[in-house]
This record gives sequence, structure tokens and C-alpha cells, in this order.
Amino acid sequence: MSLILQDVCITPNGGAALFAPLSLTIPAGQIGAVMGPSGVGKSTLLSAIAGHLPRGFALTGEITLNGARMNDIAPQSRRIGLMFQDALLFPHLSLADNLAFGLPAQIKGKAARKAAVEQALAAAGLAGMGARDPATLSGGERARAALMRSLLAQPQAILLDEPFSKLDTALRAGIRAFAFDHIRARAIPALIVTHDASDAAAAGGPVLNLGGQAG
Amino acid sequence: MQEGLLEKSLRAAVLVIAALALFAPISAGLWHSAGAALGHLPALGKAGPSVGPLTELLAQPGFATALRLTLVTGFAATILSLLLAIALAAAITQGPARIISRLLAPFLAMPHAAMAVGLAFVLAPSGWIARALAPVLGWARPPDLATVNDAFGAALTLGLVVKETPFLLLVILAALTQVPLRAHINTAQSLGYGLGAIWAKVIVPQLWPLIRLPVTVVLIYNLSVIDMALILGPSNPPTAAVLIARMFSSPDLAQILPASAGAILLGVLAAVSIAALWSGARAIACFGPIWVRRGGRGAWINTLFSAFAMLGAGLLVLGASAMVSLGLWSLTWRWPWPMLLPESLSFAAWASAMDDFGPALQNTALIALASTAISLALAVAWLETQFKSRREALIYLPLLIPQISFLFGMNTLLLELGGQGSIGAVIWAHVLFVFPYMMIALTGPWRGLDPRYGHAAASLGAGRLRQLWAVKLPMLLTPICAAVAIGVAVSVAQYLPTLFLGAGRIGTLTTEAVTLASSSDRRITGVVTSLQAALPFAAYLLAFIIPKLAHRNRSALQGASA
Repeated sequence: MSLILQDVCITPNGGAALFAPLSLTIPAGQIGAVMGPSGVGKSTLLSAIAGHLPRGFALTGEITLNGARMNDIAPQSRRIGLMFQDALLFPHLSLADNLAFGLPAQIKGKAARKAAVEQALAAAGLAGMGARDPATLSGGERARAALMRSLLAQPQAILLDEPFSKLDTALRAGIRAFAFDHIRARAIPALIVTHDASDAAAAGGPVLNLGGQAG
Repeated sequence: MQEGLLEKSLRAAVLVIAALALFAPISAGLWHSAGAALGHLPALGKAGPSVGPLTELLAQPGFATALRLTLVTGFAATILSLLLAIALAAAITQGPARIISRLLAPFLAMPHAAMAVGLAFVLAPSGWIARALAPVLGWARPPDLATVNDAFGAALTLGLVVKETPFLLLVILAALTQVPLRAHINTAQSLGYGLGAIWAKVIVPQLWPLIRLPVTVVLIYNLSVIDMALILGPSNPPTAAVLIARMFSSPDLAQILPASAGAILLGVLAAVSIAALWSGARAIACFGPIWVRRGGRGAWINTLFSAFAMLGAGLLVLGASAMVSLGLWSLTWRWPWPMLLPESLSFAAWASAMDDFGPALQNTALIALASTAISLALAVAWLETQFKSRREALIYLPLLIPQISFLFGMNTLLLELGGQGSIGAVIWAHVLFVFPYMMIALTGPWRGLDPRYGHAAASLGAGRLRQLWAVKLPMLLTPICAAVAIGVAVSVAQYLPTLFLGAGRIGTLTTEAVTLASSSDRRITGVVTSLQAALPFAAYLLAFIIPKLAHRNRSALQGASA
């Protein structure tokens, strides 16, 4: 049970590689971190792992999750959760419907699905707010809701793209602890990209520095 | 991710469908017209090549006048609408531009033919303007003046300007979102320039590349318009497009050959006109800086801009009164000269017209809904599978070629295939024009949607279809509704495609309106044109209401209205 990056490298068409080939193994229950200044290709790396590499970029190396090679699998079939710095709750859906979007279709029956969503809302400290317009939530509430939406999809790994960078410093540590606790409780590997050393320290897993241009 | 085989085959399939549906009929139509223009028409037992059709065309009485009329009205209407739209944009961006742009919706929704009939009602010697002047000038009877169908094409030019200025104004307002308007105005104002000079020297040069395509579309439309020219233009000789359409519809089938020569000639004329417009713009771009370098603060330009903005506003009022006059005439029982309002009102015209024009109403609605639905499906398929590229400009090809240049050829082709004169053929011909307009409305919002929403959905396990249905389409509901309204309006306004591809057998409110325009019963004409306008008005109203209702508790989607 682990997420393994083996000699992963991303190259724009006709350009130089974004970074030197990198290798990283994140065991289940651990949170790895990729550090580096903005513009170094951290987010592109996460896109590649999730399967959303933009057109015009090529991926080399191997991405393996729990022994299965991910490179050519469609993003929706990878079971890799993704959380962005803007929570990206769907603006046309209520908070509860956003969470229900993540809930697998295998959980059948209106009552069972509703109960699962309610439980997730309660776990995120958002009990009773299911009917709310996501645009009316605070930044912290949105971040917790987005994490819960990702976890409801029962991912085998989760990727975090600077998820706390837009939050107030006062809220940050609390929400980070909330997120990391929930991820560790699932016993799945996680990878966070951040330019904040305190995020990496709190993650407590393997850390990789993407210094800048290489190769 | 490396592109999968499924993605590749999907993209290829959409490309092939678009090519077969859009490019094939146009190129085949042009090919056919070109053949007939050179005297080659096996159906009539004619084999070319020969220059006979061209010489026959040039020998048509009044052909040179018709050609001159086309060029003068086409260019005058285009340049005037552009100047008025720019001046109006400069004026209203100083105020509540968004609210004012909402008020333009009726002008966009209004079919050309209905607007032309309404203008004829207002401008005619017995129309509203003359009635208002009658007490002042002591006219006991309507004056004996050719205020409509004048030999110079002034009424036609006016009609085109009233219809195209609001369109170009909206195009400019949309393009301005890509120009740092406020910052540049503030900067230039602090250097002592007035608003008009700032627009002429700073804003318009940035605007032109963004609005060049729509202005070109307007030019081609103005050079080849049929319905407005039939209603407002001179009749003998008419504009070249009308003359050619008449020859195509002539009972003497041999006329098809010179008519085809005219169709191709008009196409060549359109191409030359595009070149002239673009080189004119290049020339201004070349010599403009000399004028800018002299540093004049140009007080006269400010005056000119104000004058044009007022003229534009006046024409919009004229257009609005034309719309009102249609409804008013449809309800009129008696309206003697020189009263400003009808003496008595009645629903009699509506009651009798609903029996006579029910089938036309049904046809119009069916064709509009079908062509809009097909175009929407095609547009969504295109935007979901094709990447932004230069090739995409080909989508706008139907708007850059005069309709008459390829529609008759397309018709002949369908005749050979056996589908001519059917409602399916008419719907297909409408799609050629509805699809590009819907693409204009959808491309920006679609490509502007943050792709990470789709990625977030995919990472939650949603496949392509679910991403589209559950995330993209609802988030883009507002622009989709706006595009549907535009599609319905474009379809309802089509005249020539209905006439040619329907082989005269498919009557719509538009073909009826054009036929009735020359009749003397303004009540019936008022009913039919009101009905014709009612369909796109309803579509625009629904396009405004549906997203508001669907997203009533979703503040993030309330601001983003089209």
C-alpha cells in the first residue's frame, strides 16, 4: 500500500524538463511533501499524478499506486483524490450535493446516501449546513468541505495542491491538523505540494525539494 | 496524460461530422453555382464552359446600378453602424453599461424582416414621423415623398444601421473586457485628452483586432441582404442580391444560368470587399500614428463622438418605435390620417391571422427549435473535443460568403439527392448559420471555465459524460441559454435559406412577412411581424429567467450573466 514515483519527469513540448527526474515512495498513512518556489512545476507534477497533465506536456517515469501502474489510466479511474488551494466546490450545487457528488454510486438508497453525507458534514464541523450555497461558506469551511468531498470518494491516495495557502494564518494550523488527521485515519498515502516549510514539517513524511530549473 | 485512442477517435468523429454538415454543402453549393455560372447545368441540358451566362447577366437592365447600390448601401451601412456603435460604447461605458446592454436585447432578438416592416410603418409618408409633422407643416394628406424604397437606398441603409448598430455595440462591449479601458482612459485624461480623442487614439486601435471578424460578418450581410432590401430598398433596379434572387425564382428556368453567374460575381465582390475593409484598416493603422504623434488633444473629436452617440441613440429610439408600431398596427381597427394613435382597437386581425398563419407559426417554431438543438449539440461536441486552433475560423465561413452564392447550388445538389423542398433541408440550411452564431456566443465562456472543476470531478470518479452533465453544463447554463436565444433569433430571421431550400413550399412567418410587406393591409402585416418577433423575444426572456431561477440560491453563478 503505497504511492511510488520512479524517475518521474515532465517535459513541455520542445522544451527543457521542468525538474530533474524525481523518485519518491510514500507508504500508506504517511504524508509526503514536495517543496519549492512557485513556478517550479509542483502543481504540474500533481496534475500528472492525478491524470490531468495539460496538453503540450509529456510525462516520463513510472507512477505506481498499490502496485498498479497509473500512467495510462483515465483520471476518473485512478482513485486518486485531489484538493486545490481554491476548494473548487461546484458553485451550482448545494454543500450537501457537493459531498454527494464524491460519494460512490455503489452506496445505494436515498437514506443511506443522505446519512453518509450528514456524517461527513458533522465530521467537518458543518452539521446542518448541507443546504447552504457553497459561495456563502468561509474559507476554512470550504477547505474542510472539499477535503470531505475527496475522502467520500474513498480514494486510494490523495494529493493536496497548496490547500492551505489561501487561509488566514490563524486558521491554518487548525485546518491543516484537521486535514492531516483525517488522511492518516484513512491509512492512505498522501502528497502535499507547498512552499511553506511548516506544512512539510507537519506532514512528517518524506520531503522532496524541487530547487528550480534542472536538466 | 497522453491522449487515449477514445479521445482521438472522438475528435476525429466530431471533425468529420462538422465537415459533412457544414463545409460539404457550402463547397458543393459553390461548385454547383460556379458550374452553372460557366454555362454548365446538365439538368437543363446545358454544357459549358461558356461566358454566355456572364454576358447575359451584364446585359440585364439596370445591372450596373444594382451593383453600385449594393456597394454603396453595404459599405455605408457597415461603416456608419461601426462608428455609431463605437461612439455609443464610449458614451455608455461612462455610465451603467451593463444595464444599458440589457436594453439592447430586443434589438438583437428582432428579425430583420420585422424591423424593416416596422421601420417602413414609421418612415412611410403616412407613417408616424409624417403624422407628427403634419400639424406643424399643415399636411392635409400624406406627403408625396418616396421615404421608403427610395432609389438611393437610403431607407435600406437606415434599416441596416438600426439593426446592426446594437449588434456591433454588444460585440464591442464584450471585447472591452479584454482591454484595460478604465486605466487607459484615466491615464490619457491625466495627459489632457478628452474622451473622444482617447477612444480614437488609444481604445479603438486595441479594439479593432477583437471586433474585426464580427464587423466583416456585418459587411458581408449588408452586401447580400435580401429580405430587408425587398422591404426597404429600391425596386427597379433593386440591389444586386435581390436582382439575382429574382432571376433564380424566375419561371424561365434558363435564367438560372445568368443568376448563377451573379451569385458567383457577388461572392467575388464580397471577397474583394473584405480585402478593401481590411486594407482600409491597415492603412489607418499605418497613417494613424502620424496623427497621434502630432499630439493634438482633439476637441473636435470629442464633439464628433458626442454627435455620433446622439445620432446612434436617436436611431435606437427610431428602432424602438418601429417595434412598437408593429404591435400597434396589429391591434388597430381604424387609424385615420393624421392621428398619432389609432382611433379604435380590435383583435380582429389577430383572430383571422391565427387561422391563416398557424402553419407558418408552427414551421417557424419547429425549424428554429430543431436547428438550434442540432447546433447546440454540435457546438458542445466541438468545444469538448477540439482544441483552439486557426482551423476553427472555418466555422465562420457561412457568415463570410453571401448566402445567395451557395444556397441555390446547395438546393440543386439536394434536388439531385432527392431531399429538396423538405423541412429537413430547410433545418439543415438554417444550421449553417445558427451554428456559427452559437459558437461565437459559447466559445469564450466554454474555454474560460476553470478546467480544474472538471479535474476535481474526474478525481472524484466522474467520467467524461458525468463531468459534462453534472458540472460543465450546469455551470455554463447562463451562456448556454444566451446561445440558444441567439440561435432561435438567427433561425427565425432566415429568409433566403427557407425560400430556396424549402423550394417555396415551406412557409415561415419570415417568408410570409416579406410577401405581406408589399400588401396594403398593415393590420395583417402587423400581426405576422409581431408573431415573428414574439418567438425570439420569448427565447431571450426565457434565457434571462431560466438561469436566474435555476441558480437563485447560488451567488457565485448570479454575477456571471451574458
